[in-house]
Amino acid sequence: MSLEKSDVEKIAHLARLAIDESSIPDYARDLNNILSLVEEMSSVNTDGIRPMAHPLDANQRLRDDVVSETDQRELFQSIAPKTEAGVYLVPKVIE
Amino acid sequence: MHNKSLKQLSDALHQGEMTSVELTRHFLDRINQHNGELNAFISVTDDLAMRQAIAADERLQSKTAGPLTGIPLAHKDIFCTKGVRTSCGSKMLDPFVSPYDATVVEKLGAAGMVTLGKTNMDEFAMGSSNETSFYGPVKNPWNTERVPGGSSGGSAASVAARLAPVATGTDTGGSIRQPSSLCNLTGLKPTYGRVSRYGMIAFASSLDQAGPMAANAEDAAMLLNAMSGFDERDSTCVNREVPDYTATLNDSLEGLRIGLPKEYFGEGLDPAVAAIIETAIKQFEKLGATIKEISLPNTNLAVPTYYVVAPAECSSNLSRMDGVRFGHRAENPKDLLDLYQRSRGEGFGDEVKRRIMVGTYALSAGYYDAYYLKAQQCRRLISNDFQQAFEEVDVIMGPTAPTTAFKLGDRTNDPVAMYLADIYTISTNLAGLPGISIPAGFADGLPAGLQIIGNYFEEARLLNVAHQYQQATDWHRQVPKAFQ
Repeated sequence: MSLEKSDVEKIAHLARLAIDESSIPDYARDLNNILSLVEEMSSVNTDGIRPMAHPLDANQRLRDDVVSETDQRELFQSIAPKTEAGVYLVPKVIE
Repeated sequence: MHNKSLKQLSDALHQGEMTSVELTRHFLDRINQHNGELNAFISVTDDLAMRQAIAADERLQSKTAGPLTGIPLAHKDIFCTKGVRTSCGSKMLDPFVSPYDATVVEKLGAAGMVTLGKTNMDEFAMGSSNETSFYGPVKNPWNTERVPGGSSGGSAASVAARLAPVATGTDTGGSIRQPSSLCNLTGLKPTYGRVSRYGMIAFASSLDQAGPMAANAEDAAMLLNAMSGFDERDSTCVNREVPDYTATLNDSLEGLRIGLPKEYFGEGLDPAVAAIIETAIKQFEKLGATIKEISLPNTNLAVPTYYVVAPAECSSNLSRMDGVRFGHRAENPKDLLDLYQRSRGEGFGDEVKRRIMVGTYALSAGYYDAYYLKAQQCRRLISNDFQQAFEEVDVIMGPTAPTTAFKLGDRTNDPVAMYLADIYTISTNLAGLPGISIPAGFADGLPAGLQIIGNYFEEARLLNVAHQYQQATDWHRQVPKAFQ
């Protein structure tokens, strides 16, 4: 299948990416080229092959549910684009 | 001073022949002199370096120093460095001053190493030429009209031009090994999980791994000694003892079984590079190794599989860059959606956007089985090929990259052509295996690297094989004329 302009717009929306209207044809071309490269995977039969998520097939390690970090809110918020009274500010969400 | 090995520098520091302050100043001067031409550094951390050098000299004086104490290094700008801008080569993180140190930065700092600065890289490590950086391309010290490779291009150029004795890099699909090949360095990607990923800005979490980029195998071994090890803060880090990688460098290669995958010597390989690799293989025969042709039949699946797994994971990882808690934020957003979309649209470059979109598509409702699940299955097939090969051979050898360094701008308009050039390095990331690239010769004045792949946790063997080759050859000692 081939991605159309509307598909690219939908994907960009899902990815929360603003892209220029004028660059959509280029993205469509590049994404289609990448997807046709990826298409090569369908040349092999993978029925019954166990998917590989971790190269060493390790299980996710769990830690005890105890406090391990100290409060560094001021430090972390010192690099935020906009904060006030210890909270991160974003445009109004609820009218 | 700048052509000495880490061992020589270490001995000189310990014997009081020079101080870390002198050594650090020497490298800072070289950076000052040459960085304009190469663009290898995004940030030079003079003040931090001098503070660390003074502290290192105190340790050296009080005899509490280790083998790396007082030796300067450069960190790829993907490693979070407390109080220092950590940009990952992106406009998105241009304003980001990290509030904490990556484990790698912390460990090397604790070993007494001196941070000269943060090196240029492809944006979020996505690229093979260092041309996707927000801070502009890095030039190859061997020919400044050519790329240094990527994504760890700044680290490669800085060590190749001897602006730093050694550097850190990261490798998701070849980003340590390919620039090492194009810049005449010894660069090692360890086994997945060997080095902590904590504080290393994530691109594709199931593939990313940090490693040393050095002038020779002994230097790489010394740095890997200090970088490796278990870290509770990285849930995929492997809890396994770290050997002393320098202890086995001098082991004999008598009886070493080398496999040459026929798929790595086929169409697309530059004949000049092929000739260099063949000569290198003959050298290993002289050192007592035996050669056997092998097959990695699913090699053709590696690039396609990678371009599902890596974009899918990057689309997820980069969703944290939303303009709210850190990084770039668009001016005057009209609502929250506009804030997200424009901050990300403005903050990310084209290649990053392309990969986020491919990943978003592959993970969107209805496509998971056809793309991500299928890719994870192909990944198993690729990994199985290697395990089968390692029943017959000890290490696998071939070219690191199909060509020497290409011209700046040559491949920027065709992303897929750029991707296909990573054919020899990508499989090892998918399988999680360690791989090293070492200098093997020159074609028209440009270096080409030999890649050596080992089984899981065989870093010591790779370094031993590389070191023995470097005892018999002097390719690794070549330094570009303008930077001698």
